[in-house]
Amino acid sequence: MESMKDRVAIVGMGCTQFGERWDAGLNDLAIESAYEAYQDAGIGPDDIQACYMGTVTAPMIGVGGTVVADGLKLRGIPIIRNENWCATGHIALIEAFMAVASGMYDVVLALGVEKLKDTGFPGLGTGRGMHPVYEARRTSPGSFSLIATRYFHQYEIDPEKGREMIGKIAVKNHYNGSLCPKAHFHNRITLEDVMKAPIIAWPLGLYDCCGNSDGSAAAIITRADMAKNFRPDPIYVKGFGVAMDSMIPHFRPGFSWTSFDALVNSSHKAYEQAGIKNPREELDIAEVHDCFTITELVIYEDFGFSPRGRAGEDIESGFFTLQGGLPVNADGGLKCFGHPVGASGIRMTYEVYKQLQGKAEKPERQIKNPRRGLSHTFGGPPQISAVAIFGNEKG
Amino acid sequence: MVGITAYGAYIPAFRLSRDLMAKAWGRASIGGERSIANNDEDSATMAVEAVFDCLQGDSRSDLGGLFFASTTAPYREKEISSLIATTVDLPAEILTADFANGLRAGAAALRSGLDAVASGSAKNLLVAAADCRLAYPQSESEQAFGDGAAALAIGSSKVIATLEGHYSISNEMMDVWRKEDDTFVQSWENRWALGEGYSALMQRALSGLMKKKGLDPKGVTRAAFPAPDVRTHRRLAQVLGFDPKSQVVDPLLGQVGDCGAAHPFMLLVSALESAKAGDTILLGAYGNGAEAFLFQVTEEISKLKSRRGIQGWLQSKLSLPTYEKYLSYRGILKTQPGEPFRLLPSATAYWRDVGTILRFHGSKCRSCGTLAFPIQRVCYTCRTKDSFDEVRLSDKKGKVFTFSLDNLAGRSDDPVIVQSVVESEVDQARVYCLMTDFQPKEVRVGMPVEFTFRRIYEGAGFQNYFWKCRPVR
Repeated sequence: MESMKDRVAIVGMGCTQFGERWDAGLNDLAIESAYEAYQDAGIGPDDIQACYMGTVTAPMIGVGGTVVADGLKLRGIPIIRNENWCATGHIALIEAFMAVASGMYDVVLALGVEKLKDTGFPGLGTGRGMHPVYEARRTSPGSFSLIATRYFHQYEIDPEKGREMIGKIAVKNHYNGSLCPKAHFHNRITLEDVMKAPIIAWPLGLYDCCGNSDGSAAAIITRADMAKNFRPDPIYVKGFGVAMDSMIPHFRPGFSWTSFDALVNSSHKAYEQAGIKNPREELDIAEVHDCFTITELVIYEDFGFSPRGRAGEDIESGFFTLQGGLPVNADGGLKCFGHPVGASGIRMTYEVYKQLQGKAEKPERQIKNPRRGLSHTFGGPPQISAVAIFGNEKG
Repeated sequence: MVGITAYGAYIPAFRLSRDLMAKAWGRASIGGERSIANNDEDSATMAVEAVFDCLQGDSRSDLGGLFFASTTAPYREKEISSLIATTVDLPAEILTADFANGLRAGAAALRSGLDAVASGSAKNLLVAAADCRLAYPQSESEQAFGDGAAALAIGSSKVIATLEGHYSISNEMMDVWRKEDDTFVQSWENRWALGEGYSALMQRALSGLMKKKGLDPKGVTRAAFPAPDVRTHRRLAQVLGFDPKSQVVDPLLGQVGDCGAAHPFMLLVSALESAKAGDTILLGAYGNGAEAFLFQVTEEISKLKSRRGIQGWLQSKLSLPTYEKYLSYRGILKTQPGEPFRLLPSATAYWRDVGTILRFHGSKCRSCGTLAFPIQRVCYTCRTKDSFDEVRLSDKKGKVFTFSLDNLAGRSDDPVIVQSVVESEVDQARVYCLMTDFQPKEVRVGMPVEFTFRRIYEGAGFQNYFWKCRPVR
């Protein structure tokens, strides 16, 4: 197995305004992100040789690549759709990396898009399991809060204290999102707001859960040796890791519910390719899958940002804030920027890309001299994790 | 000798104070409380509980049949006995039959079961009865009815109560009925219905059997017979010459209510719970006629494994806080529909996965011993393919490994859903399921739970049944 390090680069990206986009359909969202990416890379639709796209909850069965083909009028090229729950956007991106690295194509579009707000319901729905009978009432918050209950139990944390601990993640992400024009939410919140908010799935309350948003994000991928033909500041891919676990955690014999093999394996594969030994020290920014506050906490530990069982100390010290040692979810994360499922992996990469270029919209949210950034999504029951690591220089 | 070899019962956890029911309508209360099936229970699920209570983990291999009796079967066309037999993990080569349409359906199933064993068409079989009848809101019957089930095992060896005699009368009258499309029980004027119907026929059947067997009232140790109300019950006992204190089995009207076709079974179970060798038990059943059975208790009764029975389930209860909840649990009031389910059930998938869905089997790898649920063809641990033994988890206990109190997925009358990951006492198999019959504040990691067969939801035009966990009752 070879490393992906410095073989491909991102030379253009686009991201729509996230939120309740009553005004925009699936095609409109894809057009917004793709045309921003074209412009950013200085190319047009004729330059795209292949497209890897992802969407999860498209209203029809067999959506294929129709959104891109019809919306963007891309024709005569392969348009390949994937669906991998919340990791869908990352999988599209990684497929594009591999298509370019293989030498098959030189300019590839990766695009993630999701239209959640046409269903008439605020959540992702009930009965999202793998089986129509024995998982009939599974919801996302109900599933992920199983992690929080067990984490508090295992580390003997009083549940109310535990809720405060993870609540601080929500306060941080809302602050970060408030500085981000394209984020779904812009409100800053206090820990008191978090604790007083309605319970969605105990122990998780409203502010522990990410927004359900519409949105799209897109990236133009090319060969590393061609990257500077497009722009002076391309962002190089340093490595990636994807891990799927067999047997969903709910039924997995012996599963701990406080750590996920998929998170550990995917991050380690990516670190290995990128040559990262100590992620806590070597990464300058991380965009991780904070679908729920507790998810962000277990990621700190499974990714090696914090010692096991001690993420709470890093939360308390502000290590993951914009000014901290390793800013996590500098754009507000899924929590505040929003989570249009299939678009999220590319949106997170958009933040890493802009930060590594020094092009955050506002100076107060620009991280100082970042070199290495990580983006990550974690999806399913949860079962699949995808990580990508980027740098602004070769080597 | 043919007779009863084991018994089991089931009373739902929820009880509703009749004073609360009366208060809702500004009418008189008949006092006490009644049992209420939860919104995920029906006659099929209650019968399953009673059969598990009856079996107590005993081998299924020599059981030759299962009969089910109810006036409230969840399907008009679709056998319930086959559903129950599969769920309690009986083999396929058995007799199944449903008995319906009258309050005497339970007695008919019992008689047929005894006849089947006597004639040799089955060596042993199970008879289960369950009912959850609906009376008009505000009516006295609404207070008087209860929901419950019981099951009896019938055989000719290790008999705890032998059948000594039987007497049956058929009688056509319109005293109590439900037409094909009626939701609520209808009845004619009580004085006539109780006088010329219930009292007259029960007296004829019970005294007819005693006369046939040459018994006087003193020769009967316990007399168990249902009645629509306490006064009518007391009067019949008096007419028959039984001492209400020492001889008559409590009709369970005060704490449970009239459980329809299941009620004679429940009273027989109640009588057997306190019986000793040599006792004679006279059992009555009413419904378009009347029927009487005489049993004699044997020494075998002392060897019977302990079980919950009527007394056990009676003590374990939760109060239903409002009358309105009863109305919506029973579907009399509509609940606001939640988010639609994304996955539609499929009759073929349900059929294919019956080992998991109904029998609640996990797979234990023959190579490494990992027990996984649902059944896995490829072992999760060692990836050995198609080499496993099926293990039944339904009648085993477990502990809550982790849980959440989900406010999104519930019904409008029951907004909190407990999603739970249960670690089974058998090889720590993990089962993800919903919790039922719980109080949200009591749910915690490590809580002992047991599995219970429930309705999950209706989709694609049929009922989806599956297992939930509940705090050990």
